[in-house]
Amino acid sequence: MRMLTFAGRNTKEILRDPLNLCFGLGFPLVLILLLSAIQANIPVELFAIGHLTPGITVFGLSFMTLFSATLIARDIGSALLQRLYTTPLTPWDFILGYTLPIIPIAVAQSMICYLAAIVLGLEVTVNILYAIAFVIPVSVLFIALGLLFGSILTDKQVGGICGALLTNLSAWLSGTWFDLDLVGGAFREIAYALPFVHAVEMERAVLAGRFADIFPHLWWVLGYGAAALVAAVLLFLRQMKRQ
Amino acid sequence: MTAIRIEGLTKQYRDVTAVDNLSLCVEEGELLALLGVNGAGKTTTVKMLSCLTAPTAGDTLLFDKSICRDAAAVKSMIAVSPQETAVAPGLTVRENLALMCGVHGFSHERQEAKIRELAERLGLDSVIGRKAGKLSGGWQRRLSIAMALISEPRILFLDEPTLGLDVLARSDLWDIIRALKGSVTVILTTHYMEEAEALSDRIAIMKAGRLVACDTADTLKRAAGTDSFEQAFIRIVKGVQA
Repeated sequence: MRMLTFAGRNTKEILRDPLNLCFGLGFPLVLILLLSAIQANIPVELFAIGHLTPGITVFGLSFMTLFSATLIARDIGSALLQRLYTTPLTPWDFILGYTLPIIPIAVAQSMICYLAAIVLGLEVTVNILYAIAFVIPVSVLFIALGLLFGSILTDKQVGGICGALLTNLSAWLSGTWFDLDLVGGAFREIAYALPFVHAVEMERAVLAGRFADIFPHLWWVLGYGAAALVAAVLLFLRQMKRQ
Repeated sequence: MTAIRIEGLTKQYRDVTAVDNLSLCVEEGELLALLGVNGAGKTTTVKMLSCLTAPTAGDTLLFDKSICRDAAAVKSMIAVSPQETAVAPGLTVRENLALMCGVHGFSHERQEAKIRELAERLGLDSVIGRKAGKLSGGWQRRLSIAMALISEPRILFLDEPTLGLDVLARSDLWDIIRALKGSVTVILTTHYMEEAEALSDRIAIMKAGRLVACDTADTLKRAAGTDSFEQAFIRIVKGVQA
């Protein structure tokens, strides 16, 4: 109950920030529309709606890192967390309270992306529902990164690291904007050693109904998600102790 | 009854001793001001007493509960209004108060009654539906104290409660703090001499982590041989230096 109160507050803080809505929902939608317009004029397989939408949904999830990191860093900076640390809330109340509210926001964001894609010609199949469900483990990865960065950075640093660096890195290394095989070499190796391209390829496989192809990508996503979550919890508890 | 019994409290950060062997007692219902220049150890003391930071040595009993061994019991009887306003900026005043009721596990009925009571007591009715982040510094401080009072604490820590406020807002907050005297034990840290003198039953002066004097404002002035409390503070602090 206490955790739910705290989680409810976090949901309100995120949804009441117009910048969050603008970037979290508006930006992925603009990208789908823009790249679909390019695709309509100069057909590129990479930007075909069935290929593009999974990449955009994963890219959109990088904003969940920004949301959670900004919220935590602000709460530390404003001493609201210091106040709440003297209440009966437990460390797990804080961790779950910051994590759980963002999952439905991530799912809603993906649903909006898929609805836009349907309007733009994506074939309606039950696989869309599966693709939205598979967004959940990916969103946990991005939320955990937010918890991690929010625990160690100030809110100004969060803007640079999560708002600029992470969103760009997760985009370039995801194979959404360009085929990683075309770049090849170390860039491709690095991309495949990170979870972003695996998240996109898993989503593409689910949407296409090629369920055997979600492996090994799902393991990469789950592995990175678990590692990020453990690191985030440890760093959050460390900053809690430092208060 | 003794509300706070501080015994040899020490906090060491690598080669810096932020609080050095502090011993002090505070009676129930008393308002004690912790006064000192920057780096005197006031905020570190409050953080240790409110279980936010573990002491390196020593202990403190709050109504016989140890901050080292019984943090949960201590947390159930204290509240903190930190140096920063520590409000949720995107929530309204009412929602901020409801948040504190929720984390303390209040029922809906108790929550509504508590919000009504505190809004009236701290004059928050006129801004109850406004977002906290849009309020002036003075209103945010009022809200901050109201949030601290939600749990009906027996001990309240006010860390620089009037920092950065204009004269009128400060005067309003002083009235609110005065009204708490007797019913709640208050530890107030401040940089302002006149604030400590006007509000406190006793004043503890800290310097470089150590307690250098603790008594009523009048006794401290007499001991320092001056009618001005500011002069008394300077003499006491400099006298220790010499």
